[in-house]
Amino acid sequence: MLEGILIGLSAAVTPFNLMMVVFGCVIGTLIGMLPGLGPMSIIAIMIPVAIGLGDPTAALILLSGVYYGAIFGGSTSSILLNAPGVAGTVATSFDGYPMARKGQAGKALTIAAIASFAGGTIGAILLMIFAPALSSVALLFHSAEYFALMVVGLSAIAAFAGTGQVGKALMMTILGLMMGTVGEGALSNMPRFTFGVMELQSGFSFITLAMAMFALPEAMFLVMNPARSTQGADGGKITNLRITRQEARTIAPVIGRQSLQGFFIGVLPGAGATIASFLGYAVERNIAKGDEQKEFGKGSIKGLAAPEAANNAACTGSFVPLLTLGIPGSGTTAILLGALIALNVTPGPRLMTDQPEVFWAVIISMYIGNLVLLILNLPLIPYIAKILTVPRTYLIPFILFFTMMGSYIGQNNSTELLILVGFGVVATILRFADYPLAPLLIGFILGTMLEDNFARAMQLYRGFSFIIERPMTLGLLVLAALLVILPSYRRLRANKRAQGVADGD
Amino acid sequence: MALDRWIALIFVALCFVYGYAAFFTMDQLLPPILQRNPIWPSTFPKILAICGVIVGLVVLFGSKPPKVDAAAKARGLDPLEADEAPDDAVIDLKRLGDYNVWQAVALLVAMVVYALMLRPLGFLLATVAFLVAGGALLGERKFHIMILVAVIATGVIWYLVQEVLGIFLSPLPRFM
Repeated sequence: MLEGILIGLSAAVTPFNLMMVVFGCVIGTLIGMLPGLGPMSIIAIMIPVAIGLGDPTAALILLSGVYYGAIFGGSTSSILLNAPGVAGTVATSFDGYPMARKGQAGKALTIAAIASFAGGTIGAILLMIFAPALSSVALLFHSAEYFALMVVGLSAIAAFAGTGQVGKALMMTILGLMMGTVGEGALSNMPRFTFGVMELQSGFSFITLAMAMFALPEAMFLVMNPARSTQGADGGKITNLRITRQEARTIAPVIGRQSLQGFFIGVLPGAGATIASFLGYAVERNIAKGDEQKEFGKGSIKGLAAPEAANNAACTGSFVPLLTLGIPGSGTTAILLGALIALNVTPGPRLMTDQPEVFWAVIISMYIGNLVLLILNLPLIPYIAKILTVPRTYLIPFILFFTMMGSYIGQNNSTELLILVGFGVVATILRFADYPLAPLLIGFILGTMLEDNFARAMQLYRGFSFIIERPMTLGLLVLAALLVILPSYRRLRANKRAQGVADGD
Repeated sequence: MALDRWIALIFVALCFVYGYAAFFTMDQLLPPILQRNPIWPSTFPKILAICGVIVGLVVLFGSKPPKVDAAAKARGLDPLEADEAPDDAVIDLKRLGDYNVWQAVALLVAMVVYALMLRPLGFLLATVAFLVAGGALLGERKFHIMILVAVIATGVIWYLVQEVLGIFLSPLPRFM
């Protein structure tokens, strides 16, 4: 491991890469702070830049810096405006915003920054320990297991989508997989489902799809509902960033616990930062004693530190399946995977042996990124928060423009822009109807890999027999089925019970 | 019928079209040598189409859980059931009329126009026009500042894309 750290240090600590960390963190914080723009949109917008760099290490460093910055920026707007830019920081606003209302905005931001830093750093240490171990196990996997593993990943993403959402998430996953089959397949050069349209020959561009699924609907929501971009925060006046020794002692165990818990939740596919932060908040509230428990929701520092530590640790945790198995567990890591593939890096168990510098440089840059965020943002927060006062008449056209730029410069083809707008409209309607969009993108990106591995297993075993002959494959597939069926079964029972109660009334 | 069920219905229809294409139009084109392969290009799409129809029908006819505010629930004891994106609850379809739908539509139209005019007008002119028009659609009336900002931003972005990323964007109108 020491050797790896050294490789990582030598790859990450070059002036250029350090600049990328700083640049990524700053951009991420700035954009992440804007209400309504989540890390997925920001990363999608930054991908053309990252791919333009040409060097996978620098690109991944830049993108993960953006990711951390975005999460951090999201907590800032949650605390100051009660307008979380990201679902993962909603729990932050429960106690962060009351603190800001009480005039403790500076303190709240400091606690958030420290908790984020600790969560991210502890997460990076755990990643360093677990990822190599997991990838040595993953090396034993066969294409049949890979196929099954991806099915498990996809169904877990659906299963964690929330009550009543499992079916919808599954539907979106299948839609994504179907969109992934458009164009020339890996199996033969036969173009599939192009309906004779030239532009579809090479399939849909994943950048366009990512923009259309996330950035565009979010911008449309900002337009349609001005309340989402509420301004008139008491702006600039953020003073007194200090916390006392007593407060530090109070939040230290919370941060420790939630970093661990958050990391492991982040590793699970589909769970991610949102669930980690809500769960972290709930757990801390439940184990807090008497008076402290009553504080929750009214500006408790524990209630602020818990979700912040948890969501940052979970972000790091979500890199585990990406780097070791090549299977993204969240929308954000799915976008990262797409960018990596575009840069000729195939994440997976072989990444550690084939391109160790990429793997370790990312981990090292996580430490650096967290440090940069802490150093850069603590003193600069009052000034950075000024971006919240940019009028929306400027903001929204620019967001739309960057969205279009992103998909245009990838292909240099203005048909791509029409596809972008078309899918953007569809995605906005889907969000109106409460359909989750991340599964669609994950399905789209995993589709090709899923089919490849499936095809290889089929060819090796001359048919479907691999499902029965390889116990691990069978086990994983059964697990996948259970993941999907159990929540639905539970819901069915809950519904019955609810109806029973209604009758009794 | 609620919007999400309409979407499920459209999805099922889409799966039928997709499945039809996979089951009935793809295999004839397959060269004989590939037909001895255990997996055909149409195998995976066939499986997807079947799964898609099943899932679509489940969503279409499935029972609907009572709508609970996800954020409120998360404050309570049941965080695992929190919604993936609780802030979505902010947009309520029943109040669609209260939102600036027309502004959104106008912006989308502006994007389409931008896509069509990008080549004929060149990057610089089209982008400045789009940014100013977008601002105007959203109610900006200080045009002197808006145009200035748009021109500077366009210039900087063009320079960055062209020189730093090395991607060619035809800057000038086609006739120049």
